[in-house]
Amino acid sequence: MLNFSKINIFLIYFIFLFISLFSILNFQSKEQILIEKKVNLGLDLQGGSYLLLEINSDPLVKEKIQSKVIPLKKMLKDNELNYSDFEIQEKKLTFFLKDIEKLELLFFSKKENLLNPYIDKYNSFELDLKILDNNKVEVLFSKYGLLTINNSALKQSIEIVRRRIDDVGTKEPTILQRGDKRILVELPGLKDPERIKNLLGKTAQLNFRLVSDNEEFGVDKLISENGEALNVSKRIIMSGENLIDAQPNFNNQSNQPTVSFTLDRMGAQKFGRATTDNVGKRLAIVLDGKIVSAPSINEPITSGNGMISGNFSFQEATDLALLLRSGSLPTPLDIVEERTVGPDLGEDSIKSGITSLIIGFVLVILFMIYKYKIFGLVANIALIANLIMLVGVLTILEATLTLPGIAGIILTVGMAVDANVLIFERIKEELKTEKSIIHAFDIGYSKAKITVLDANITTLIAAVILFAFGSGPVKGFAITLGIGIITTLFSAYFLARHLTSIIVLNKKEGEVRI
Amino acid sequence: MNRNIDFSSKFKSANFLSLLFFVVSVLFIIFKGLNYGIDFKGGTLIELRADSKNVNISEIRSSLTSMNLGDVNVKQFGKEGDYLIKIEQKIENNNELIPDIKKNLVNNLNAEINFRRVENVGPKISSELLQSGIIAISLSLAAMLFYIWIRFEWQFSVGSIIALFHDIIITIGIFSILSLEINLSIIAAVLTIVGYSMNDTVVIYDRIRENLYKHTRLNIKETANLSINETLSRTIITSITTLLALFSIYILGGEILRGFAFAMILGVLIGTYSSIFVAAPVLKFFKVSYKTLEKKEEKIVP
Repeated sequence: MLNFSKINIFLIYFIFLFISLFSILNFQSKEQILIEKKVNLGLDLQGGSYLLLEINSDPLVKEKIQSKVIPLKKMLKDNELNYSDFEIQEKKLTFFLKDIEKLELLFFSKKENLLNPYIDKYNSFELDLKILDNNKVEVLFSKYGLLTINNSALKQSIEIVRRRIDDVGTKEPTILQRGDKRILVELPGLKDPERIKNLLGKTAQLNFRLVSDNEEFGVDKLISENGEALNVSKRIIMSGENLIDAQPNFNNQSNQPTVSFTLDRMGAQKFGRATTDNVGKRLAIVLDGKIVSAPSINEPITSGNGMISGNFSFQEATDLALLLRSGSLPTPLDIVEERTVGPDLGEDSIKSGITSLIIGFVLVILFMIYKYKIFGLVANIALIANLIMLVGVLTILEATLTLPGIAGIILTVGMAVDANVLIFERIKEELKTEKSIIHAFDIGYSKAKITVLDANITTLIAAVILFAFGSGPVKGFAITLGIGIITTLFSAYFLARHLTSIIVLNKKEGEVRI
Repeated sequence: MNRNIDFSSKFKSANFLSLLFFVVSVLFIIFKGLNYGIDFKGGTLIELRADSKNVNISEIRSSLTSMNLGDVNVKQFGKEGDYLIKIEQKIENNNELIPDIKKNLVNNLNAEINFRRVENVGPKISSELLQSGIIAISLSLAAMLFYIWIRFEWQFSVGSIIALFHDIIITIGIFSILSLEINLSIIAAVLTIVGYSMNDTVVIYDRIRENLYKHTRLNIKETANLSINETLSRTIITSITTLLALFSIYILGGEILRGFAFAMILGVLIGTYSSIFVAAPVLKFFKVSYKTLEKKEEKIVP
């Protein structure tokens, strides 16, 4: 075990140097970056926000099932199916019908079925029928119909979330899908997440509706921005979908913050027609069911440009413009998990992490020298090499270093010497019976090999499981612990063994003590 | 060093002690329960720093009680002026809750407030986190069981798992007795303890296996004793270096890592003890001998 061929020695040091070089990349000056690779700091170290958003597709399902009412009734009438007691419920439509067989035939027809389209991807129809006793029929979404609604809402939400966050202009945000209902958002370096949370928490469904004088059928009672109760027609003249751009602005006369918007061709036409026909009436601008403002239409607006004024600050106007530009979310988002670390706590964490790393390191090094003298030095050199390689591998992987990750490095320092301790203790034992020192070292290394491997694989298994199940900072711990084990094995079994062989082979018998 | 400590004669009393600790831990875990942090219980955690010494715990508490938030827990956290507030989860998914709390604190406390850390975990997420923590620990135990079974005999496998259970239950039991918080980092610590304790056990088992072949005249009790003695200095040295690193984290690593480091320190101590006094006696109980080892080889080479 102590004989190394030249090619072996070359390989050992080549691998060591190659990996170590990467660790230097973390110390590049920020102006001149040669290679774009470094260890990233986790949110707990650099400060920032972690948000987990969950879409709630229930309102959407309700909306979608309502949109089926008219095509369903039409189909029933066209085919002379006489239904009774038609009811719209939260997630289903119910009615009574005699000729159920005919309904089923039409309902599950794959040809030009506008009511209930067939989803090829899932081999399933969008809607399902449930026939109860006494000829009651329930129409509801099939499992895959719901899935389709959910997936498209999630995709759309991710897109809108991305647009909104990009628009605010935070650095390097991460926006990822998590599972089938959640969106993970990481915003490094963000000091105050409240503004972004506020922006993400709004669906921003904008529509323009006329204010009606009487309380006729088809109006909503909404409270205006100055506390006035208004009857607003349910009929939507134009919605936010027709908006191309929105910008915060100041009103020339009152110097109040406003939001000016530009409409697309369709929107301009609709808006122009509605304002021409209703001069003198009031137009309510409704955002998420609340009136932002309800100005009077003084003259027809046909240019496709308009302005929203309300009682808002410039910041609010900026945010409203941003929300309108980025489009509306298909369904509300709930913030189900939030973790925000301020930048100064992050700095403190780095400081205390590094301090405890250095102290732990020095303590272990001193102890090893005290215990094993020159071979302690070998173990320590291996330990330092181990740390440099650990940082190198983290850099190659562009891994994220978290506070628990630093703890993982410190723990690696404590546990890494174990491999060398196992070997040295074994050699000591062999020296008791073996006359030839070289032979004792040789046997010591080969006998300890299996033990070292077994002992480290157990910790590696724990690290892998932790990586698979852990989240955020804890994952960082699993990464450093796991990589630490691999670099430990390399440094103990190749680097330290080679260094040991140099010492043992160059000294005369009787001079080597361990 | 030529140590020859008679460990095996102490197996019985040690096992009694282990059993006692184990049972006490289980009783505490069942009847006193665990002090789950917001990771597993849901709720809001706020770490704040006030620049003025006028702010105190009761002031923070009273400024929050008016909000009718449910159970509010305030304590000093590290340096003077640093406080940790924990608020029980009452309402599900209220996006306005945290801004309201922040506003309330800023308005009511007569000092510059710096919100250093804000965490909010919804009830759904917290139960998922708890579930995945339990799955992770169970899975790691199963993986260890399997690994040792492949590398050794089933008796060794059972012995190491009993030792791991012993370590985990007593560590968590101590957390229950001391009412220390169980959060995600404690789960990480427990998993690392599993790895460490296993590491220790494997080293001793490896030596027992070797000695069973080498000294066929010795019975398992004597073999275990010999093996423990032979590996003792390694066991002690590795525990010392690991503990040096852990104490460094515990003392200097800051408040956030303290619980983790404490759990690990407990785990290393208990894990080292269990490798000697739990894992080895199990082999004696199963009357493992070199014949047990040979059987397996016969199976492989018919």
